[in-house]
Amino acid sequence: MKGDQMNELTVEETQKKLLVDHVIALGDDALILSQRLIEWCSNAPFLEEDLALSNVALDFLGRARMLYQYAVELEGNVRTEDDIAFLRDSREFKNHLIYELPRGDFAFSMARQLIIDVYNSLFLEQLLQSKDERLAAIAQKSIKETQYHLRRSQEWIFRLGDGTTESHQRLQTAMDDLWGYSKELFESHPSETSLIEAGIAVDRTKLQDAWRTKMNTILAQATLEQPDDNWHQTGGRDGLHSDHLGMLLPELQFMQRAYPDLEW
Amino acid sequence: MTNTAVHSSAQVIPVKSPEYAIRLLHRQKSSHQALWLLLDQIKDPEIPVISLWDLGILQDVLVNDSAVTIVITPTYSGCPAMVEITSDIQTLLNENGYAKVTVDSRLTPTWTTDWMSTDGRERLREYGIAPPSCQTKNAEPTDIQCPQCHSSDVRVISEFGSTSCKALYQCQNCREPFDYFKCI
Repeated sequence: MKGDQMNELTVEETQKKLLVDHVIALGDDALILSQRLIEWCSNAPFLEEDLALSNVALDFLGRARMLYQYAVELEGNVRTEDDIAFLRDSREFKNHLIYELPRGDFAFSMARQLIIDVYNSLFLEQLLQSKDERLAAIAQKSIKETQYHLRRSQEWIFRLGDGTTESHQRLQTAMDDLWGYSKELFESHPSETSLIEAGIAVDRTKLQDAWRTKMNTILAQATLEQPDDNWHQTGGRDGLHSDHLGMLLPELQFMQRAYPDLEW
Repeated sequence: MTNTAVHSSAQVIPVKSPEYAIRLLHRQKSSHQALWLLLDQIKDPEIPVISLWDLGILQDVLVNDSAVTIVITPTYSGCPAMVEITSDIQTLLNENGYAKVTVDSRLTPTWTTDWMSTDGRERLREYGIAPPSCQTKNAEPTDIQCPQCHSSDVRVISEFGSTSCKALYQCQNCREPFDYFKCI
């Protein structure tokens, strides 16, 4: 793989590689979530929801593109954003695990979306202050869209949680199944340490308390129980993924793999 | 911020937003008026009545010898129209004798509907799209009128409509659905 001669890199080059990897990881988060959201296209409960979910998926795809484009520029344009999206295998993807989980039932997708939207609203607020101008600019653009996303997902949680017996039960199950995956969002990762010190990356460990407070308020209003807190899954930033990513990537990448350099 | 002042019972007098006024001043001071006018021909691919200028996408026209740089600001992260807009700019300028054209997509300052021109808002309304209403940040707007019958009795069906920038509403008076261009 290009750029793997770590032993020969200067401090500056190492720092740049860490930045590129970090930007790509953030892009992976967005791309994988976008892919899961777009799976609802033509499968949503009703037409307006089909449009809405596709619309949200598009926002995240755009976010992934902005991040991948930045990574490509940092690397000196030795590859394209399409190469990053379509020609890497699961070990090279560094998204957090929560994004790659299958879309499940509607309650599951809404629960996951709420977790992510609350997280993003806090995360992007911090990223606005990044010393990296491009990341700050991407955050400025993304946070406006996230505010709309959060309003939407909150509404669904209230509607489903404080809804029928079935919707309540499905949503509770969804939250219970997702809770352990949320913790990875707030774990520190060694690849980010020096970037945090440089004021470039966000220290995500500091976001956990605010996230919990906000989540608990929403859960309470939706008449949901707080899920069990005694388990968690991790590994995404190390490229250690579940089977689910292994299923998602062939679908995402099929065209480019089957017809290399394909263009419309 | 308000972009309309109400005078008498129904007449609405459009008032320029401060952000749009700044943009307009910048354009008026430019020494490349011909280029700005030329670019007014480029409309949004999805909403063919509104130009890049009206939408607040077109930011600057820079000329260095014979090289032209057009600065635009992307709207929504995933908006697919931006690709077409970029190529439209290239094509139009090439066709009009400008051989060296660069389109610079500038992320920051972030695109906001506050940059929309007053004319642009009117054209949206005439086209059947309710223009952005930004009097309260981060809350659902409360002063949207149906573009068909002008009633204020409207309800939101979905804040995520047919395109990234639009929400779907329905008028409770005439029962017609309509698009609302979201404030961002």
